[in-house]
Amino acid sequence: MAKAEDETDWAGLLVKVRDHQDRAAFAALFRHFAPRVKAFLMKSGAGAALAEECAQDVMAVLWQKAHLFDPARASVATWVYTIARNRRIDALRKARRAEPEELDWGPEPEPDQAEVLEAQQETERLGRALAALPAPQRTLIERAFYGDLSHSEIAAETGLPLGTIKSRIRLALEKLRHQMG
Amino acid sequence: MTIRHHLSDQLLMAYAAGQLPEAFNLVVATHVSLCDECRARAASFDAVGGVLLEEADEIAMGEDALARALERIEGLPQATRSEPLKPAGIFPAPLADYVGGDLSAVRWRKVGGGVKQAILPTGKDASARLLYIPAGTAVPDHGHRGMELTLVLQGAFADENDRFGRGDIEIADEEVEHTPVALAGEDCICLAATDAPLRFRGLIPRLAQPLLRI
Repeated sequence: MAKAEDETDWAGLLVKVRDHQDRAAFAALFRHFAPRVKAFLMKSGAGAALAEECAQDVMAVLWQKAHLFDPARASVATWVYTIARNRRIDALRKARRAEPEELDWGPEPEPDQAEVLEAQQETERLGRALAALPAPQRTLIERAFYGDLSHSEIAAETGLPLGTIKSRIRLALEKLRHQMG
Repeated sequence: MTIRHHLSDQLLMAYAAGQLPEAFNLVVATHVSLCDECRARAASFDAVGGVLLEEADEIAMGEDALARALERIEGLPQATRSEPLKPAGIFPAPLADYVGGDLSAVRWRKVGGGVKQAILPTGKDASARLLYIPAGTAVPDHGHRGMELTLVLQGAFADENDRFGRGDIEIADEEVEHTPVALAGEDCICLAATDAPLRFRGLIPRLAQPLLRI
C-alpha cells in the first residue's frame, strides 16, 4: 500500500488484531484513538472521568468485535467512531440505539487491495474537504455530531463529497446481493 | 422489492450523529435493513463522524490507561463470526428485537373501525407504534404537530399524493394533512414514530386520543 511516510496503516494494524490477536498492534491503535475518543466524548458533554472510562470501553469493543472489521468497507476512524457514538448514546442519553440488520458479508479473506486503499483514504480525503468548507458550515456539521443541535435543526446539506463514498458502498452491496441471489 | 420513498439526508445524518430519539432510531434502522440505498447513504454520514474523530483534539488518557486496557483484553475473548440473525417474518431484525418476535408476538389493541395498534417501549422524547389497518380502510384524517415517520411493512397505503408499499417511508411534518387509505388486497401493517401527539380532525377521535395514548 503506497502512502506518505508519516501515515500509519491503521487498517493493517486492526487486521493484525483481528487475525492474530496482536497486542502490540492493539497498543498502537490505543495510543492513537483512545485520546481522540476521550476528547470526542468530552466535547459531547461527558466529564473527564466518564470519558476516560468510556474510551476504555470503546477500545475493548474494538478488540472484541475486530472480527467484524472489513478494511474494504470502512476506514478505522469511521469504525471507531461508530463504536464511540453508540457508547455515548448508552452512557449519556441512556437510550437504546436500534442497529440495522447485519448483512452476511463479513470480511473477505483476501479483499481487493484497491478497494481497501480507497476506503482507508476516505477519511483523509473527507478531512481535506471538511477543512476547505466555509467556517460556518463546518461548525454546523461539528455541532450536529457533538450533540449541540436537535435532530430537526440538523442541516441536510453538508457540502461534503459524500457521493463517492455512497457509490462505493452501493457497489459492494450490489455485489453481495448478487452473490446471495 | 422496489423502494421508492427513502429517508431524508437530514434523518440519516442525525442517525449517524446519534442525535435521534430512540423511536426514530428504530424506524431508521428498520428501513435501512430493507433498503441498500439508504444503508450506503447512512454509511457515508458515518464517515463524516470518522473524520471528526480523527481530527478531534487529543485529551491524554490516564497514565496507566494502556496497561489497564491490555490487562482487560487479556480476559476478553474475541467474538467470532456468527451467522447474522435473519428473521423469517415481515419484521427486520431491529424491529423483531423490540417486539420480541414476529407478527404473532404483537399485542394489538383495538382502536376502532378495525384499526389496531401496539405501542412499542421507547424513550419518552418520541413514541413508536405498530399500526394494523384492514385493506380498504381509511386512517382518520389527521394533521401533525411534530414529525411523523411511517414505514410500511406489509400491504400498502395511499394518500392524496402518493402510494407507499413495503419498505417505503413517509415523512410527514406540520405541513401535511392527509387521509391515508390502506389499499385493497392485503391488510396494511406499518411502523410509525412521532415526536408529538397526533391530532385528529374529527371530534370523536380527538376525544378518544388520550385513551389511545397517541
